[in-house]
Amino acid sequence: MSGHNGKFLPVPRPETEGWWENCRNHKLMIQRCSDCGEFQFYPRIICAGCMSGQLEWVESAGRGKVSTYTVCRLPVAEAYASDVPYVVALVRLEEGPVMMSNVVDCDPESVKTGMLVEVAFQKWSETVTIPQFKPVAERTTQ
Amino acid sequence: MPHLGATALCIDAATRALKDAAITKDQVDGLVTCNSFAEPYMYHAEAIAEYLQIFPRYCVTANAGGGTTFSSIQHAATAIATGVCETVLLCMADSLRTGLSREQAKKMQSSTGHPEFETPYGATVPAYYALIARAHMDAYGTTAEQFAAVAVSGRQHAARNPAAQMRELISVEDVLNSRMIADPLHLLDCSLVSDGGAAIVMTSAQRASDFPHDPVYILGAGEGHCHEHISQAKSLTTSAAVESGRRAYRMAGLGPEDIDVAQLYDCFTPVVLIELEDLGFCPKGEAGAFVASGGTAPGGVLPVNTHGGMLSHCHPGNPGAMFSLTEAVAQLRRAAGDRQVEDAQIALVHGQGGIMSSHATLILARESGT
Repeated sequence: MSGHNGKFLPVPRPETEGWWENCRNHKLMIQRCSDCGEFQFYPRIICAGCMSGQLEWVESAGRGKVSTYTVCRLPVAEAYASDVPYVVALVRLEEGPVMMSNVVDCDPESVKTGMLVEVAFQKWSETVTIPQFKPVAERTTQ
Repeated sequence: MPHLGATALCIDAATRALKDAAITKDQVDGLVTCNSFAEPYMYHAEAIAEYLQIFPRYCVTANAGGGTTFSSIQHAATAIATGVCETVLLCMADSLRTGLSREQAKKMQSSTGHPEFETPYGATVPAYYALIARAHMDAYGTTAEQFAAVAVSGRQHAARNPAAQMRELISVEDVLNSRMIADPLHLLDCSLVSDGGAAIVMTSAQRASDFPHDPVYILGAGEGHCHEHISQAKSLTTSAAVESGRRAYRMAGLGPEDIDVAQLYDCFTPVVLIELEDLGFCPKGEAGAFVASGGTAPGGVLPVNTHGGMLSHCHPGNPGAMFSLTEAVAQLRRAAGDRQVEDAQIALVHGQGGIMSSHATLILARESGT
């Protein structure tokens, strides 16, 4: 994906600025509840499982499986046109939480449910680096 | 409808509903609207009240996407039952086809999804629903042909409805040969983009007995809310329609086997399959075969979207499900012309908004049931 001007860049909130800063440093962070042990994404100020405010940041291994996907044949906006066809997927991280992302660095037609992927950071602006995913060498069927 | 903007469409629909009920605007003491993308107001319902020069004591701008229409009916019914107000006008309209500026259209696209953790990845609205479609295929072996059958069935109904935007019959092949938008969804798996508005008047059964036209009775209502953003969904293939349906059936004392005609939210074809399953009309994973065998078509076991639905009748955005409601009323009043379902006594309508996020089910009847 090249030329990111005009894409829908995220505007970090006061409590997510740190998360995006970690992305700029190529670290994919998720939260773990110190009380119940659950992982969660997206970042929250409470554990959505037990409502504890005791959350710790841990670095995700950055690996997961495609749980569903689509290939966009029409861009959402002009700024995405040069990326067509591009893959939008839900990726379940090894730690459990699900993220929406793109699957990049591969033929879009080769993406399948259950595919093993790993995080690949892409710089979209001076302040925004986006976590995307790319296939890992080995494949599974589900 | 380029001759009327979204506000004017809303007022036009309101005027027709008041006329049908044979009441004056001064008898309206409750107002429910939804906001418009084309002509938004900070406080939409207040703006419509002002336009009509009415001064309601119950005034709500509802906002649950496609689920808005029916969840607001449950709220309005509650307001009437508790004496907050007596007669509610629900009027909703938008002009997505001709009324949006380029900037507004872009804003609408970019407002779908979580602004930090979904929107940047560039999913179109069809792409969000394609994620669900793929999951249903993977889980149950549902096919693109079965999705297409939903569009074919809707069009068969629309062909009998002079008010439908698209009336020419289509085949499964036509759907599969239409342009791929977001795999596995083709252009004809996607609903229309329309201008339109609809309105209804709600009041107590007792008061409605004075009206010149037959009222339709609300026997059951239920809602279910499972997430806002699809990446947070607990399940991609089972929705909160399970809960909204169960709540509505329980209130009505009825079950899926009692429903004569159903109007199910059909922004994209896979949604209808999930709703058929979650509302108890088919076992999980079997809705595709049910639709492909003609179960929802004219004359089928359960005629679905007898006006043509949002796939063929029209889809003006948030108000889209209003036409399911007005169609259900027409069916129960036996006023549906060529598309009348014989002996229709009980109708189910279901709306969902977001990306399978907010669900609302109503069960309507020709007789009061008391």
